[in-house]
Amino acid sequence: MRAFAALVAREVRLAWTGGGLWLPVVFYLAVATLFPFVTGPDKALLARTGGGILWIAALLATLLPIERLILPDRQSGILDQLALRGWSDELVALAKIIGQIFAFALPLLLASVIGSALIGLPEAQLGTLLLGLALALPALSGLSVMIAALTAGLSGASALGGLLLVPITIPLLIFGAGTLAEDPGNAMQLLAATSLAITALSPFAAGAALRAGRI
Amino acid sequence: MSSRQASLPSLSIENASVIRGNRLVLRDLTLVARAGDIIWIRGANGCGKSTLLRLVAGLLSVTSGMVNAEGRIAMADENLALDANLTVERALQFWADMDGATRVELGSALVDMDLQSLADIPVRFLSTGQRKRASISRVLASKADIWLLDEPYNGLDSASCARLDQAITAHATSGGIVLVAAHQPPSINVAHSLVLDQKGVVA
Repeated sequence: MRAFAALVAREVRLAWTGGGLWLPVVFYLAVATLFPFVTGPDKALLARTGGGILWIAALLATLLPIERLILPDRQSGILDQLALRGWSDELVALAKIIGQIFAFALPLLLASVIGSALIGLPEAQLGTLLLGLALALPALSGLSVMIAALTAGLSGASALGGLLLVPITIPLLIFGAGTLAEDPGNAMQLLAATSLAITALSPFAAGAALRAGRI
Repeated sequence: MSSRQASLPSLSIENASVIRGNRLVLRDLTLVARAGDIIWIRGANGCGKSTLLRLVAGLLSVTSGMVNAEGRIAMADENLALDANLTVERALQFWADMDGATRVELGSALVDMDLQSLADIPVRFLSTGQRKRASISRVLASKADIWLLDEPYNGLDSASCARLDQAITAHATSGGIVLVAAHQPPSINVAHSLVLDQKGVVA
């Protein structure tokens, strides 16, 4: 357990020092800042569309840390050293996903408070937005690790990652946007169920990709 | 040096063949190593020395045959596997935590490879030889029974080579097994010398 905690802590530390934490947050807030410039100061329009934009921004922010999640560890031999010590690839992937939740999801959730203020989201929607993102961000963290494992070492990994991520996240996006409706109940339940399924499956998918990539 | 587990470490490879990238890298390789053995694996570039070590480490699977290693394994290969932005001591401490090694054991490994004066230097500032010593220190601190060293002398000065020889000898004397893949012969007594030819068979 101590070793697992050390591995999770390493992921968080690498995110702090390698830009994995700040880049997605800055990107997310940049989108929230720029969006009103595009739509104009129409409060009703911003209130109607702002939540959806924040969802898309969160989804795209997921792509930013992908290149640093797996490839550097594979190239430096760290994944081999972990495998040598009997760590299953699934457990390594799980540690990375938990690390992502701390290093990516939580800061993004906090940034959502600022982002919703920048975009002029109605106060009534803020709680729903935060709850929806809190439910979805573990799944996005899992997907980012999975896609990082799948694309590590491939040329054009970033573009490929985007192509892979966007279709997979469509259910999350649909249900997430649905939570911003007047009655978010059903959408919230579906979002929670979808996120749970993706989060639970992603360590296995990422683990299989890590194993397949070992040469 | 590391303390041995209750049962003595052993390593047996029987008729192992490995195909990588449609190329037969190892063919019908048989090797037995017992506690205290130091085995020098040699051969030309691309003959399968590193493949053999990765096979023993469990990082590769045999195409046919069998590999059985009893005991914990540590490996130092061409990959440093240390976080470049951390100091040498902190980077090695991560692996010490993974291996359940104490600070004292890590400190001892640093002393063995003469790295104590570099302990507070970030890994990215180390020279090639210093990186190699740091990589070997990880093996020394791991308390593993079987050491797999891939070209461990590359980049080391003569004093560091002597320190490494000393560490290898001490490990074997305490009941460990050491596999050294190197072009140059180690200046220590080796139990066996395994020569791989270009077809991956023992010559």
